[in-house]
Amino acid sequence: MSTQVPQQTDETDAETEPDAEEEPSKGDLRREKKAERAAEREREAAEADPLAGEDTRELKVFRFDPEVEGKQEPRFDEFHVPFEKGMTVLDALIYARDTYDSSLTFRHSCRQAVCGSDAMFVNGQQRLACKTQLSDLSDPVRIEPLPHADVRKDLVVDMQHFYDQMDAVEPYFDADELPEDELEEQRQSRANRETVKMSTRCIWCGACMSSCNIAAGDNQYLGPAALNKAYRFAMDEREGESRKRERLEIIEQEHGVWRCQTQFSCTEVCPKDIPLTEHIQELKREAVKNNLKFW
Amino acid sequence: MASNTTYEHDVIVVGAGGAGLRAAIAAQEAGADVAIVSKLHPVRSHTGAAEGGINAAIRDGDSWEDHAYDTMKGSDYLGDAPAIEALCRESPKETIQLEHWGMAFSREEDGTVSQRPFGGLSFPRTTYAGAETGHQLLHTMYEQVVKRGIEVYDEWHVMNLAVTDEDDPTDRSCHGVVGYEIRSGEIAGFRARDGVILATGGMGQVFDHTTNAVANTGDGVAMAYRAGVPMEDMEFIQFHPTTLPSTGVLISEGVRGEGGILYNGEGERFMFEHGYANNDGELASRDVVARAELTEVNEGRGIEDEYVHLDMRHLGEDRILDRLENILHLAEDFEGVDGLEEPMPVKPGQHYAMGGIETNEYGQTCVDGLYAVGECACASVHGANRLGGNALPELIVFGKLAGHHAAGEEFEEPEIETGKRGDYEDADFEAPVTLGERAAGADAESTADAAADGGEAVTDPDAVLEIAVDREVAQVEELLEGDGVNHAEIRSAVQETMTANVNVFREEEGLKEALVDLREARDRYDDVGVSDPSRTFNTDLLHTLETRNILDIAEALTMGALARNEFRGAHWRKENQIRDDENWLKHTLISWNDGDPDLWYRPVILEGENKRYEPKVRSY
Ligand SMILES: Cc1cc2nc3c(=O)[nH]c(=O)nc-3n(C[C@H](O)[C@H](O)[C@H](O)COP(=O)(O)OP(=O)(O)OC[C@H]3O[C@@H](n4cnc5c(N)ncnc54)[C@H](O)[C@@H]3O)c2cc1C
Ligand code: SF4
Ligand code: FES
Repeated sequence: MSTQVPQQTDETDAETEPDAEEEPSKGDLRREKKAERAAEREREAAEADPLAGEDTRELKVFRFDPEVEGKQEPRFDEFHVPFEKGMTVLDALIYARDTYDSSLTFRHSCRQAVCGSDAMFVNGQQRLACKTQLSDLSDPVRIEPLPHADVRKDLVVDMQHFYDQMDAVEPYFDADELPEDELEEQRQSRANRETVKMSTRCIWCGACMSSCNIAAGDNQYLGPAALNKAYRFAMDEREGESRKRERLEIIEQEHGVWRCQTQFSCTEVCPKDIPLTEHIQELKREAVKNNLKFW
Repeated sequence: MASNTTYEHDVIVVGAGGAGLRAAIAAQEAGADVAIVSKLHPVRSHTGAAEGGINAAIRDGDSWEDHAYDTMKGSDYLGDAPAIEALCRESPKETIQLEHWGMAFSREEDGTVSQRPFGGLSFPRTTYAGAETGHQLLHTMYEQVVKRGIEVYDEWHVMNLAVTDEDDPTDRSCHGVVGYEIRSGEIAGFRARDGVILATGGMGQVFDHTTNAVANTGDGVAMAYRAGVPMEDMEFIQFHPTTLPSTGVLISEGVRGEGGILYNGEGERFMFEHGYANNDGELASRDVVARAELTEVNEGRGIEDEYVHLDMRHLGEDRILDRLENILHLAEDFEGVDGLEEPMPVKPGQHYAMGGIETNEYGQTCVDGLYAVGECACASVHGANRLGGNALPELIVFGKLAGHHAAGEEFEEPEIETGKRGDYEDADFEAPVTLGERAAGADAESTADAAADGGEAVTDPDAVLEIAVDREVAQVEELLEGDGVNHAEIRSAVQETMTANVNVFREEEGLKEALVDLREARDRYDDVGVSDPSRTFNTDLLHTLETRNILDIAEALTMGALARNEFRGAHWRKENQIRDDENWLKHTLISWNDGDPDLWYRPVILEGENKRYEPKVRSY
């Protein structure tokens, strides 16, 4: 299986685990009862087939919850949803959750491909659930959390590592000089805006990182999204030469650009069509130029 | 679920959209130790979905005074001049500030930022970054938050405010918030030494066809309401004229700004041919266009009895790719339409809440130490109808003012009064059913107001916070205990009645029906239960909490709509087809008085710094 389920890994995790020493508390008993009831409902739903005769799609959805007995062992649940033209994977998941099992858990918000919260592994590829039409997928639709990330519950993964890598490239604009007049622009040429434009479109969904073999093998590799973020600033003419050099130093470190083996998997999955591999190559070129200048 | 953790900061900002991030930066600049608590990671906030642009008078030939005039006219004279003038005066500086922070605006040949025309504006003053202005703004601002090392508690859902217990809300003060960590299920207090700034965004989920995110459930508005802060002008909901029929995804006004044309099913350019807006046509203000489209559909000239067409093909591929590229993707991904080859289907959808938490021009509410900014707030800059491109400046201008104010900077006396004091007027309002929570019976206790349930007055800040935390712990326990009605059923019942009865066109009978339906939904909420027993990422529980907020907001919105028996801006009333300035140049305010909603009014302030804005007939 491509997904990593945490085995009580880090400390913060342990802190939130129920205390095993104590007598079973009222809460524990209640939770047990609830789990039973949930299982019962599931059985009932499976037996009755309210959708008989409708045009339906089958979802096979990854389930895991470290808190709930019966879900601690990862498994796949099947849900049948009525199909309508235009229906996305996210619509289908919402239908399954609201109709069959309200504990089915996934992140989502904008449902228009801008918040980046619903990247998942759908039929073997990283995709935004909201941007993926069911009609483009073969049945059954297999939905898993992003590979190479710790699963918190069902389709929700821990994004912390991704955020940390983003942070590592100093992901903020640092202008060389600002106009004294606070009403005057520092200006950017149209051509320069075009150069950085695609790189500014990243929505932090994490699909690229999850698809990257190198990132999977090297936990410290900055990864495509963070390198793209570095590109966004390094190539912005307004930052000035010395800041650019500092930025190139960050991405040239051991776990930086040189790890990229141009496999293009990040570029393939990016829902924003950012030419990630190209940007990384461009950074390599810049780094070489930078070195030539100095050595 | 025992927890004793308390986090403490000078200023706590709830929400990390454009408004929250700007407020946090400002508070930090003013020297405060500030933290952001947000149920979504900042970059997931809905500000990222904004497309069209930011209005700012930054060019020769334009002036902030003209911007203020357009805004007052657009508001149908229901805006308060001190707030509108602050918005328009500060917007240029704040917009250029974003440019200084590196925002990737679209550019002119000389490298200055581009501007384009937008509906209801007398000058092309909408500054933009392609058709993804909000995304660029949100990320730029978050970058600055990272740069400054401002603490962010992300995926923490704020459940309630810690507000003192005095009888009169204007005597109360806010000392913090209660948060629920989504990842662990931990409930903790966040103590704010100087102030809490609510920036929780829109409430689109009250309706079922909306451009808003699923997370836009109006939490901040509902929390403030239950803590005794009035909600202002809730009846004014903007329905955007161009949303995709199947999802509600927005097609930016930028399309019409660039010259996109609306056609009905008979191929007529109806904005002109049927006389809806003989001067401005497609660029008339949003309420006018939304009504025109629905009228076409209702009179049988729609397409598939549902929508009309928005055509941009004639603009040419180059211009579309340069300025509206994102629109092509949206139409393709969410409606399967190629905007270069075909016209796009569009219909009106809920888009923006003009009303919200009553604030003055600095974002202060009537509760000491409690601020609100962004879409959840109503400083009264949009009045009865918001102009496109006026919400993003609101985030940055009022975000900054509130941040500085909360951090203790000195300001002049506010000109806008808040809370039930001064020249307010009680309303004569009759509802068809009992409103609010009272009728729900004895159990209502569990979901009571903030700390404002009339008990013994506790004033020690730590104790106030502790009480608030205990109450939420108890509430969560109870919700997890009960195995009752699923929140999704209640939520969709609310959305259905709101869409059927409190939509673009409104009439008395339907509004009353909506109140009856909402009463029923509220009663069912008494039996709500969470079936997921987990403490890890329990979205079942979260959605249940949000549904309570949706209920309270829907009720207030409908009350306001029923009370205001006139036709103004986005609020259309069948019974009364005129704007009635004699009786209605006033705001509706609804406050939660120990479980009962109470409706009253306050006059609009048309007196600006140097002039008075005289109401005129609004024609486009
Ligand atoms: C599709 C679309 C396009 C738009 N285009 C434009 C445009 O072109 N120009 C313009 O001026 N305006 C536009 N608007 C309006 C404008 O974008 C919004 O009004 C504005 O972005 C709202 O920003 P905000 O900071 O108030 O809220 P949001 O960006 O919605 O942020 C809300 C924040 O609050 C947090 N939050 C909510 N509840 C809780 C809770 N209980 N606990 C903790 N945190 C919570 C969320 O996590 C989020 O971080 C558009 C709106 C939409 C929907
Ligand atoms: S680069 Fe693309 S795939 Fe990677 S996080 Fe950004 S949007 Fe997602
Ligand atoms: S829900 Fe926001 S990207 Fe899919």
